[in-house]
Amino acid sequence: MTKKMFFAGYGGQGIMLTGQMVASAAILEGKETTFFPSYGPEMRGGTANCTVIVSDKPISSPLIFESDCVLAMNLPSMLKFEPTLKPGGVLLLNKSLIHQAAKRDDITKYEIAANEMASELGNTVVANMIMLGAFVRTTGIVKEESIIQVIHNVFDQKKAELADLNIKAFNLWRD
Amino acid sequence: MSNTKKVLMKGNEAFAEAAILGGCRYYFGYPITPQNEIPEYMSRVLPKRGGHFIQAESEISAINMAYGAGAAGGRVFITSSSPGIALMQEGMSFLCSAEVPCVILTVSRCGPGIGGIQPGQADYFQATRGGGNGDYKIPVFAPSTVQEGADLVYESMALADKYQNPILIFTDGLLGQMMEPVALPEPVVDIKSTDIREHKPWALTGYWDDDKKRNTVISLRLQPERLEEHIHKLFARYEQAEKELTRVETVGIEDADVVLVAFGTMARIVKEAIDMLAAQGIKAGLIRPISLWPFPYATFDKLTDKTKVVISAELSMGQMIQDVKLGVKDRFPVKLLNRTGGMIPTSLEITERTAAILKEIGG
Repeated sequence: MTKKMFFAGYGGQGIMLTGQMVASAAILEGKETTFFPSYGPEMRGGTANCTVIVSDKPISSPLIFESDCVLAMNLPSMLKFEPTLKPGGVLLLNKSLIHQAAKRDDITKYEIAANEMASELGNTVVANMIMLGAFVRTTGIVKEESIIQVIHNVFDQKKAELADLNIKAFNLWRD
Repeated sequence: MSNTKKVLMKGNEAFAEAAILGGCRYYFGYPITPQNEIPEYMSRVLPKRGGHFIQAESEISAINMAYGAGAAGGRVFITSSSPGIALMQEGMSFLCSAEVPCVILTVSRCGPGIGGIQPGQADYFQATRGGGNGDYKIPVFAPSTVQEGADLVYESMALADKYQNPILIFTDGLLGQMMEPVALPEPVVDIKSTDIREHKPWALTGYWDDDKKRNTVISLRLQPERLEEHIHKLFARYEQAEKELTRVETVGIEDADVVLVAFGTMARIVKEAIDMLAAQGIKAGLIRPISLWPFPYATFDKLTDKTKVVISAELSMGQMIQDVKLGVKDRFPVKLLNRTGGMIPTSLEITERTAAILKEIGG
């Protein structure tokens, strides 16, 4: 089974890290994976997106033209990537920054007020982790425990106290 | 390959780490997108591993630092991207002439000129024909995955020493920027500076107490007789490289209606298109040159009369297609399927255009 997804938002929202965490979790589960970031003359506040593929067989092209899941952290991301979803695909929207309804009715949509939820935890930067939790629980593409392990790997030693905050955020959203 | 656990690595960082594991102790770099993670990694990591990082003031300076460190017997790795490689090419010719090993990696982008920073393959001529002067050749490897790139960089550190010649690794912006699981090889045994003379008896190791003979590493040979003799010596080595370094991957070419030829990133997308074509009942095969020089011409002899057309799929206006035609030797029509300027076709586009070409030639 091969799952293809876009993670998108603006620079500074932790989109690349979110995509990398999914790819890292896939490796922990012995799966094949590719991560390809948009790159270019970009800046904080500009657009950022990455393509992640998770598969149980070797992956040829790391580029995709249709997706199984889109995680959109802001409105431009939803507008750009919603059309790529296959029928039955999953669209995860950060409701805090997207005040417009998604058009498609042949997909499954989840609206998550990630910024507000993150504020309640005391730090808006973990909005991406709240969305990542929703991604894992709605798609099942990687396991929760794999992401928890990856969070510990990313936030180790000096940054260990950040692991708790990220795990708390990751665990927050439940359908 | 070692059984090291796989780690998620960005192409550029994996190439840098593979160079260090392959024995690189000297890196000279100058910033250019999309290869900047390599000098960043080297500046951070190489000094801790007993090596030396210098940010040169230009690419011309970097290749000439490589010339010096290589002549002294050091294992040198340098990197740049298309326009930066253009600046290095004078030096590459000098390194070939002076028989100085070095591994050079390009993370190619789009030209001409400063062009753009998205992936491109329009440096095929630059890589395989070279922009330096004179009779010289540089083996060129074009990986299509991060793992293959890391393996080729690692191996090339030793190959450059063996052939006493630069080796070029041709990657592109996509491969440099993407992340994939990588199993890294074991580090090679470091050659101590005091042991260089034993391993590289030609290197400039200075005067020694027991031996007043002094090596010279030169590129200038004013006597035509000597220069001709020297070039023949280089070409005997290139002939050996043609036998030993020709590398290619093929997928289902024996009974293919259409055979696509693609390298690097483009080959990955073509592989996906081949599966999509199969779903339409079209048997497509792939020839993926891993060595661009020496080019795997002989592989084209394996194509059967069942094949109706050969397609060169490139991220350029068609450069490799010249080598494809040399390999095909007029047995089949040869067509170009390309995008350029940083545009990358989807597997869907390749599928549709391949089917259209097949239809057009009456297949």
